[in-house]
Parts: sequence; structure tokens; C-alpha cells
Amino acid sequence: MTQAVENIKPSYPLFRDQEYKDNLALKRDLYEERHPQEKIDEVFQWSTSQEYKELNFNREALTINPAKACQPLGAVLCALGFEKTLPYVHGSQGCVAYFRTYFNRHFKEPIACVSDSMTEDAAVFGGQKNMFDGLENAKALYKPDMIAVSTTCMAEVIGDDLNAFINNAKKEGHIEQEFPTPFAHTPSFVGSHTTGWDNMFEGIARYFTLNTMEGKEPGKNGKLNLVPGFETYLGNFRVIHRMLNEMGVPHTLLSDPTEVLDTPADGQFRMYSGGTTQDEMKDAPNAYDTILLQPWQLEKTKKFVENTWKHEVPKLHIPMGLEWTDEFLMKVSEITGKPIPASLELERGRLVDMITDSHSWLHGKKFALWGDADFVMGMVKFLLELGAEPTHILCHHANKRWKKAVEEILKASPFGTNCEVHIGRDLWHMRSLVFTNKPDFMIGNSYGKFIQRDTLHKGQEFEVPLIRIGFPIFDRHHLHRMTTLGYEGAMYMLTTIVNAILERLDDETRGMGTTDYNYDLVR
Amino acid sequence: MAKRLRQCAIYGKGGIGKSTTTQNLVAALAEQGQKVMIVGCDPKADSTRLILHAKAQNSIMQMASDAGSVEDLELEDVLKVGYRDIKCVESGGPEPGVGCAGRGVITAINFLEEEGAYDEDLDFVFYDVLGDVVCGGFAMPIRENKAQEIYIVCSGEMMAMYAANNIAKGIVKYANSGGVRLAGLICNSRQTAREDELIMELARQMGTQMIHFVPRDNVVQRAEIRRMTVIEYEPEAKQAQEYRDLAVKIINNKNLVIPTPITMDQLEDLLMEFGVMEEVDESIVGKTAQDEKVAA
Repeated sequence: MTQAVENIKPSYPLFRDQEYKDNLALKRDLYEERHPQEKIDEVFQWSTSQEYKELNFNREALTINPAKACQPLGAVLCALGFEKTLPYVHGSQGCVAYFRTYFNRHFKEPIACVSDSMTEDAAVFGGQKNMFDGLENAKALYKPDMIAVSTTCMAEVIGDDLNAFINNAKKEGHIEQEFPTPFAHTPSFVGSHTTGWDNMFEGIARYFTLNTMEGKEPGKNGKLNLVPGFETYLGNFRVIHRMLNEMGVPHTLLSDPTEVLDTPADGQFRMYSGGTTQDEMKDAPNAYDTILLQPWQLEKTKKFVENTWKHEVPKLHIPMGLEWTDEFLMKVSEITGKPIPASLELERGRLVDMITDSHSWLHGKKFALWGDADFVMGMVKFLLELGAEPTHILCHHANKRWKKAVEEILKASPFGTNCEVHIGRDLWHMRSLVFTNKPDFMIGNSYGKFIQRDTLHKGQEFEVPLIRIGFPIFDRHHLHRMTTLGYEGAMYMLTTIVNAILERLDDETRGMGTTDYNYDLVR
Repeated sequence: MAKRLRQCAIYGKGGIGKSTTTQNLVAALAEQGQKVMIVGCDPKADSTRLILHAKAQNSIMQMASDAGSVEDLELEDVLKVGYRDIKCVESGGPEPGVGCAGRGVITAINFLEEEGAYDEDLDFVFYDVLGDVVCGGFAMPIRENKAQEIYIVCSGEMMAMYAANNIAKGIVKYANSGGVRLAGLICNSRQTAREDELIMELARQMGTQMIHFVPRDNVVQRAEIRRMTVIEYEPEAKQAQEYRDLAVKIINNKNLVIPTPITMDQLEDLLMEFGVMEEVDESIVGKTAQDEKVAA
């Protein structure tokens, strides 16, 4: 049972050693009261059937493997995008540990975020005292230039009033009156992580601009604002900068966490790095206009920007795939009067060339996909552009309007005929979908790997491989540094998808003397 | 100039007549051409029945629970229009003993804001809030950008005055950081001795005013049996005029203060001065009947 220092084995393959196999079998027989294998197999098979799918889709009171997270997670990401800003969650400590580990595991970076650790007494007396001590300590210890406050369920259920608490903390001298403390109520039981991002952004915009609109007017600073929304591909922030720089458009990305989520290992710990500055936020109303990169998740932001900043906020889609990147760049050009440069035309041409090169492999391939509303919609659009069929489209947090909009997009393409849109459904529903109407691939976050395992368990011919595009991706490294927006993002996604197809084909055709007549060197 | 929407919250001890007073007052305001909305913030959901002639209005939380979630509701589902176009909404909440009624109030008011219930035509919104400010949820109506004026309904009874003073303590917490102010005590008479003087004195000590003394009159009950306000049931009744007077006083009210709640000792002194409470003989505290017999 002991391991040799020279040859330490991890759980796999260690537990495949005979002595571990015997030991685990003994434990199972003596203590686990396991059902006989035949019964387990029978239930497994039943759970993959059409009958089970119908029962599953009639499920009312239970969520299994949600394809969404909760509001404060989004609020924290939004806050991380501002310069020297400490995300502060008013509420229980465990929630904040969850947000930090969730981002740790995805970005492979330390995440600075604090909680004021409400406990039983705070639940009874309200969390004002926690807020007083929390703000004072967090500011003294971590020396931020801004503290962005959001809430967990606990503070929301007892009705803590952030505005009053923060003002009282200032009045009583725990922090200075002028210290920036934007806030947002982010009850986890309402909406999802994208709602939380939206709320926090609106809170920050409100804090820095609502009462200082005098003398500000659209176009005054000659810049363009871009609001990313809940965005976890660092390359997406970078590609937006690059495209606008190539166009010569002065711009501000409002919330940009690329630096703090991608710090170098050079011996220096950076709790804060980069980010949108407070001055940029204060100046934001002076921009020509504000473009929302993920409009379906930024409704509150849109309202604020329209009503307070008096910006038009053009009706655009997420700039994903060919056509919607075109649409985005043309709108930028229209607003700023700057032409689209040759470099971007060249890049576009390369993408079109790549699509043409790969289209025969992509044509008619069926995909199941899930994720955030804007990402899923953009991916549907892109797959249709490639001639692929997004047959199972699932978005847990989207509304009926979104469903209708996706169905319109499907209707406009010959490849959309056999595709279905599901809202308010989870990954256990997705499991039923891929078992009863098998797609060729799944596109989604790491959680899809369990569906892939289950499909393989049913049999090789049922296996649906997962292509990891989305959030979170815990089990592959550095994908968060990639790009999914713009022509560049389309190139990355195309490369990923077409190579997954070719990889799969190689898997199936390398049977010596059986299928290897098609195990080709050239694809 | 755009007119300013005045948002008022009515608090007071349970059973003191908040809902009845609010509805009669709102009816009187509507009679004078004011556009008013009532938001019932009490799980009992009985804040609008005299306006709607209904048993109890379907509440936001009840309908949200039936529909699956608040997001599935539309404003027209929850907003009913009653006597003289008074808009009525009930937040609703759980049965006693389960769940969280306070969160229900928060959810309901957020829903109304998001759905645009506070339209520009309104002159007044009245929040009729459950007996005591027991948790943060019931303070929702007095948070920033909501009710700025608080009226406390009370009477010359000890517990009613005690509750009024407690509510004033709650107001102070929010008044220091925001714009919420105590706008006055409404005395809903229980016909105790020198009641008006007593409440005026209490108001003076709390730094506010007794905005109106509403006498007791059986016509209120007669109207209530018919699920009507007095204003509607018997407009020429003397009591209807009382509510009209109260309405005019509220329209013209400029006396908004951060209250100065008094201590328990001060309250007891006041009650003793007016003979509501007898002086406590410290020598008999904690003595049983047996003790006293032995002492004698």
C-alpha cells in the first residue's frame, strides 16, 4: 500500500494496482450496500432512453448541473476589471471562497476578493457592523483605490441596505467620505452571473457619473466606449483593442481585467494590475457612443447609458463569427467616421479562406451547445456560417425573447432546420438530448465532460466528444487566454472545431486492417 | 415643471387602524383630484380591499409563486385600479411561521420599480406596512429613493405609543444617511382621556407634530362591512370630512424632521403624567402575595 518515493503514482494509475482493486472491492461489498451491477446497468440504460427524456423534461422542482452561476460571481469579475479595485462581498464567507476558487481554477491566477464574513449575529442584527469593520480593514490591509461592494443571498434575505450602510460607515469615519465605494445588490436567487455583472457595472457607472453629468455630452472626448459584459476570454479584450487601434479609433474598454487575470511570474505578486481607471469611467459619458459587446446580458447597463449618458447604444450582436464582426466594425466606422483599414480587410479575407478550406469537413456536422446567452447566440450564428448544424441549443439563464431571436436566426439558414432551442434547462436535460438525438460534438464548458463519459459508457458509437469553448474550463490549461470574438476569434474557434472533427475521424479510422483505408495523411 | 412624486409610508402598531386610515385618507386625496397608488406591504394583503371592494387582492408574491418566478409576471397582472382610479398593489408574502415576509416586500417593490409602476402621472404613493419594522425587509419602503415621508398611526394607549417611539428609532437609522423624514403622528382615537393632548405632547417630545386627530365613529365600521371607505360610502358623513382634513394637511405638510425618539423612562413619565400608567411603587416589585402577608 505504501508508495515508493522514487515512483509516486497519482490516484490514476495507483488505484488500478491489484491490491487497491481488491481493497476497494472489499469496501464496496462490506459497507456500500451497492445494488447489483445488472440493476445499475438497467437504470443507466433507462436514463438514456426517450421515455426518460420525457420525464426529465417534465421535471419541475429540481436543477441538476446548472449551466449558469450566481450574481455575485459576475459582480466580482466586473469589479476586477477596474484599476486597483478590490471586490468586496457583503455576506457570508463561504460564498466568496467559492467565487475565488471558481476563478482560480479557470484563470490559474490568484483572485483578490474579500467578504465581511456575516455570521449568526449579523443575520439577526443586520450586517452594518460587518460593513463598518470590513470596509475599514479591507482598505487598511489591501490598500485599494476603490472598493466595489456586492452581496450574497444572506444579506439580501435579511434586507441589508448597502446604500445606508456604506454612507453610515463613511459618516462614522471608518473610511473617508470621498473614497470610491460603488455597490450593487446581487441576490444569488435572482438571475445569474451575467445579471450580477450587469448590476455591478451599473453600480459603478452610477457612482462615478450620475451626479456629475453637468458639462458632459456625447462625443466630447472623441472616444468610443465598449462594455464587455461577463467575458472570460482574455484574448477578447485584446482583440477588441487591436481592431480599434488598427482603425485608429480612440476607445475605452469599460472593465478590462486582462492584466490582473494574466500576471507574469517574475517574482512580484500583483494584487492589482491594469484595469479601467476611475477617470476613464468619469469621462465615459463624453464618448461618442457605447457599444455593448454582449447586449443580451446588459439590460440594466443599457438603460443607464441611454437615460443618463444619453448615448444611443447601437443595436448590435456579439461580434462573433464573420457577419457579426463585419456588422460591429461597420458600426464603429459609422459612429467614428474612421474607415475600416486594409489590415482588417486582409484578416477578414484570411478567415473566409480558412472557412473555405475547411468547409467540406464542417458541412452538415451536428453540434449541441450551451453557455451564456450572447455566446450561444454568436456560436449558433457562426456554426450556421460554417454550414454546420447547431441541433441542440441550450441556455439556462436566457428568456423567451432570446429564444425567439435564436429561432429567427435558425430560420434564416438552411442549416437551421433541424435545430431546437431550450431555455431554462440544465446539463442533465442536455444529457437526455445527446442520448436521444445524437449530435456529432458538444460545445461547452468543462462540465460537459461528464456527459461525454456517460455517452461513451453506453457504447463507442454513442460517444459525443466535448469541444471546450465557454466558461468555466477547469480541466484544460490556458484556453482562457484565447480569443472568440472578431475575425481572430472566429479563426481560433474554426481551428478548434475542425481539428476536433479530424481528431475524431483519426480515432475512428486507425483500426489496423479494418478502418485504416481512410486513415489518411492528408485531410 | 415636472411635479414631484411624494412617497409616504404608514407605520404603526398592529391593529391600530393603519389600513383603514390609509385607505380613507387615499380616497380623500383621490376625491381632491390627486393621483394615488397604494402599495400594501403586509403578508395579510388587506391594504386595498376598501378601494377595490374585494376580499383580498391577489398579491405579487402569490402570483409569482403560481407563475414560477417574478420574472414571469406583468405589471397589469398585479396592478388593480379601484375607486377614483386609485392604483392598488399588494406585495403579499408567506403564511405565518414560514418563509420570509420581509424579502417578499423587497422583491415586490423591486418588481414595481423595474416594471415602471411609478409613472410620471402619480402624485402620491402610500406604503401600508405591517405592524412593526421587524427586519430589513419592512424597512424597504424607507430606503433611499423610496418613501421620504413617514406617518405613524397611534392612539393614546401605552403600547401604541411605545410602538410609535420604536418606529421613530428605526427612522433615525435611515434618516442619518438618506432623505427619509418623520412627517407626523396620526392619532386614531381610542377615546382614552385627554388623548389629543397626550399625543401632541408625545409628538412634541419626538420632535414632530400630531398632524391630525381622527375621532372614533361607527360609520367607519359600517363602511368597512360594505368593503368601502367612508368617503365613498357616505361622503356627507362628519367622519368623511375628518379624512378630507387629514388629506389637506398632508398635501400641505412641510414639517418633515429627523425624529428624536424618547427613552423608556421619558415615555413612562409621560404616561404617568397623563394618568395612563400609575406610579410604580419600587418597594412591592418582586413581592409575592405570601411575602406581603408576612410583612403585614
